[in-house]
Amino acid sequence: MTATDYAAACLFILGGIFFFAGTAGLLRFPDVYTRLHALTKADNVGLGLIVAGLVLQAESWLVAGKLLLIWLLVLFAGACVAHLVARRALRKGIRIWTE
Amino acid sequence: MPMQTLYFALALFLLLNLCAGMWRVLRGPSTADRMLAAQLFGTTIVAILLLLAQASGSPALRDVALVFALLAAVTAVAFVQRVWPEDRESEHDRD
Repeated sequence: MTATDYAAACLFILGGIFFFAGTAGLLRFPDVYTRLHALTKADNVGLGLIVAGLVLQAESWLVAGKLLLIWLLVLFAGACVAHLVARRALRKGIRIWTE
Repeated sequence: MPMQTLYFALALFLLLNLCAGMWRVLRGPSTADRMLAAQLFGTTIVAILLLLAQASGSPALRDVALVFALLAAVTAVAFVQRVWPEDRESEHDRD
């Protein structure tokens, strides 16, 4: 296991932790908006860390570039979808959770 | 060899995450919650596909992950526009 393997391994584990946090947030949070927030965390950071680990392991620059492009697509798509859903939920009168 | 096991272990962990998210799909009070779970599934599956692409060494899986990320985005937008229409749509048409 070379140094890059160890670096990639800890990036993978961190990415896995963020995915777990996103899923736990999706299950535990009380209303749509907070779940949306937890969900986009898993998108951006979880996938970002996993892609960073994969880029370390990638054999060629082309593959690394494709991985980063996939991550950027998921980033922008996640942000746009989160905004769309939140705006429509607000307009449809889903109350914001205020305990 | 240990990297291979790490890839498959992490892919399995993400799959378990996905199954845990399924509970939100079942219980989610509003359709928006079910759509959020679907959005999270999309990202989780993209991560799993990328890991398997690296583990099994087949570059085609990366293209599958790319297409899947695109479809997840299009699905969510289609949901917001079509399945979840805005009640006061008629007001905007009048002005």
